[in-house]
Amino acid sequence: MLKGARERRVRTGGIELCVAELGDAGQPTVVLVHGYPDSKEVWSEVAGRLAEHFHVVLYDVRGHGRSTAPKPLRGGFTLEKLTDDFLAVIDAVSPGRPVHLVGHDWGSVQSWEFVTVARTEGRIASFTSMSGPCLDHFGHWIDQRLRKPTPRRVGQLLGQGAKSWYVYALHTPVLPELAWRGPLGKRWPRILERVEKVPGGDYPTSSLPQDAAHGAWLYRDNVRARLRHPRPDAHAHAPVQLITPLDDAFLSERLYDDLDRWVPRLTRRTLPAKHWIPRTRPDQLTAWITEFVRSVEDGRPEPVKPTGKYADRFGGQLVLVTGAGSGIGRATAFAFAEAGARVIAVDRDAESAARTAELSRLIGAPEAWPETVDVSDEQAMEKLADKVATQYGVLDVLVNNAGIGLGGSFFDTTPEDWKKVLDVNLWGVIHGCRLFGRQMAERGQGGHIVNTASAAAYQPSKALPAYSTSKAAVLMLSECLRAELAGRGIGVSAICPGFVNTNITSTARFAGVDAEEEKRRQKRTARLYGLRNYPPEKVADAIRRAVVRNQAVVPVTPEARGAHLMSRFTPRALRAIARLEPPL
Amino acid sequence: MTTAWSGELSARLRGFREVQRLAYECAEAVAAQLRPGVTEREAARMQRAWLRERGVRDWFHLPFAWFGDRTAFVNFRVPLQFFPTDRRLEPGMPFILDMAPVLDGCTADIGYSGSLGANPVQERLMADLEAHRDLILREVRERRPLRTIYEDVDRLMVRQGYANRHRAYPFGVIAHKVDRVKQRRFSPHLFGFGAQSLKGLASDALHGHREGWSPLWSPYRFSDHPPRPGLWAVEPHLGFRGTGAKFEEILVVTDSGDPEESAFWLDDDLPHVRRWAKEM
Repeated sequence: MLKGARERRVRTGGIELCVAELGDAGQPTVVLVHGYPDSKEVWSEVAGRLAEHFHVVLYDVRGHGRSTAPKPLRGGFTLEKLTDDFLAVIDAVSPGRPVHLVGHDWGSVQSWEFVTVARTEGRIASFTSMSGPCLDHFGHWIDQRLRKPTPRRVGQLLGQGAKSWYVYALHTPVLPELAWRGPLGKRWPRILERVEKVPGGDYPTSSLPQDAAHGAWLYRDNVRARLRHPRPDAHAHAPVQLITPLDDAFLSERLYDDLDRWVPRLTRRTLPAKHWIPRTRPDQLTAWITEFVRSVEDGRPEPVKPTGKYADRFGGQLVLVTGAGSGIGRATAFAFAEAGARVIAVDRDAESAARTAELSRLIGAPEAWPETVDVSDEQAMEKLADKVATQYGVLDVLVNNAGIGLGGSFFDTTPEDWKKVLDVNLWGVIHGCRLFGRQMAERGQGGHIVNTASAAAYQPSKALPAYSTSKAAVLMLSECLRAELAGRGIGVSAICPGFVNTNITSTARFAGVDAEEEKRRQKRTARLYGLRNYPPEKVADAIRRAVVRNQAVVPVTPEARGAHLMSRFTPRALRAIARLEPPL
Repeated sequence: MTTAWSGELSARLRGFREVQRLAYECAEAVAAQLRPGVTEREAARMQRAWLRERGVRDWFHLPFAWFGDRTAFVNFRVPLQFFPTDRRLEPGMPFILDMAPVLDGCTADIGYSGSLGANPVQERLMADLEAHRDLILREVRERRPLRTIYEDVDRLMVRQGYANRHRAYPFGVIAHKVDRVKQRRFSPHLFGFGAQSLKGLASDALHGHREGWSPLWSPYRFSDHPPRPGLWAVEPHLGFRGTGAKFEEILVVTDSGDPEESAFWLDDDLPHVRRWAKEM
């Protein structure tokens, strides 16, 4: 099942565990523990990737996969016994050296037990938890909310209570087993694919009905006992990385609000994904686990400090920004750099792109590269896409921001003017979405595309026909693309800023006037925009927020929001404004 | 840069140069005493005490100290926010000390940027200020309108990737005129500014208004005139995502026809200039 795995059986407490090993045994050991209803094969994607750097160990939890089940089942799945199993496995695979633990779902629940009990102290170097809280912490969480029930706390309790429906269901006798061995077991792969967007293929394995039936005892043996009487001393003795999928149908992210109390060395990560992230986001998990294990191995047991807002979300992600040499693009590159992302700064001006990359590294980007490309140049963009894919990887966030300004009446705008503005403002975005969006879609692990449109996309003006047309096209392109990519977990946002103080004004062309008058108008608009003085940093913040919240259309600046409202409710007033002559 | 100027001018400038040096000495002495936990108020008081011990009785403005993101004037809306607060210094935090003592009737106005321990962003900002010092002197010698120079400095900041933070100062000034002030037994101050200096500034503003110039070097129309002879305290202030850096020193502008003599920095032996020379 797992390619190139060395298998062995480990005997402990009357049962036999099936243990698989990958990678060089001389490297640090990473132990992957699966959840419910799963077997170790849930990790196949992640394990293969991790094996390039680490000694990866997986085992089937008792009663699952090819491990044998305890007899009788009742009382055979307590957390104490699961801890015995874990110790037996690591004694066999890594006797002298502490291991790095990674758990998903029930694998994480039991790993919390391993990392908070005294008898494993010194055996665990680090723990990466996903989608599985510590039952003792959970017990205290409920307890706190029951004791001081503010409206918000009651809401949180009810929310999690509703998400836990399956836990109650699993406590009914016999029925769950019948369902899993019968129709549910048969339909489960389809359900996973449709509801949880888990890609099909060789997962889940054929042992699923058996795993799920046995695994019901994980809940029955532990949940009630632990939630009723949580241990008061469940403090973690190793650094912990918590990866929280934000769209998890079974666990609320609020569960981890008090975690700092229990874990002195905590690193938080969030991910816009559903419950089965080992299947749907293997690349991101591998990157975060690798980084975390490395940081602990290098003797930096301190948590990776978030440097800016949303560092839990963007840490280590790959972000490409076009037009990053100035204005909104540069501010956006900095905003992502501050959140710990790796940044590719693309601009047609080599010097300013280099400057953006350099400053990005100073403020928190682990890596940043400048790229000199004109976004309107199809071949250059194709070359860039190839280079990015081979050298840096697949993008997590793409910001198509490069744009130029063009003012002047329609009849003064020459075909060359039109071509130029559409080439950059529209074709630049099309190329970006086409090339990088395809890479994202093919990887199939989500991502986000941000296109910088403009308030001019919905605010007509007799002074900006060409520019507004190009931006309206970008807005509609973004909306269509959002619809198309929604099914693949890729979000698309259109940002519509109003008057923002950037140098687009001093490079803008004004059609139908001579060079001197053009210069004067550039200066005049630059001055007006300067007086308005809306900083590009605020637009950058809006872009980052749009990615986090997956917003579709984001007007930025009060005038852009006002015009957006007017375009919906009082379009005639907006058209009247379009007839005004701008004060140039 | 060596500049020849007439003996009389040199004698008059000597007093200004001495007090400017004294102020920078004070900044270095206080900066050396800063420790984690020191507040802005304490740092301001240290500057005041240090200078009082050395005979300073009057001020153009009282000493300021800004720590952390206050060096970039983050969220400054009203001028009262410039005054020192109880913000405590932490390791790695950037800071700015700004003081304007008057000694024997001569005014200095200086700004000193540093950080408690290493701060790469702040170091980078300081290094990038050198270009601004060169640009300002070059364009003043070319007798460009002050407003144009202001815009050129602005453009350079944007190209460097920084925000213009001197815009936060009253009237958004990058510089203001300083002059001799009368020595009085009492030297009251108003909102942190010395009464005598304010009087000088007000009288300059009045004359300037009649003659078409202003003692404030701002981005506005009233600064649309060639550099006016006199002493200008120039203070370009860069901001980058919660870190700010500035220098402030006196630029001498004369009515000489020779470009070298028409404008020059009062003193080239200052901490930031020495730092750039070392980096070269």
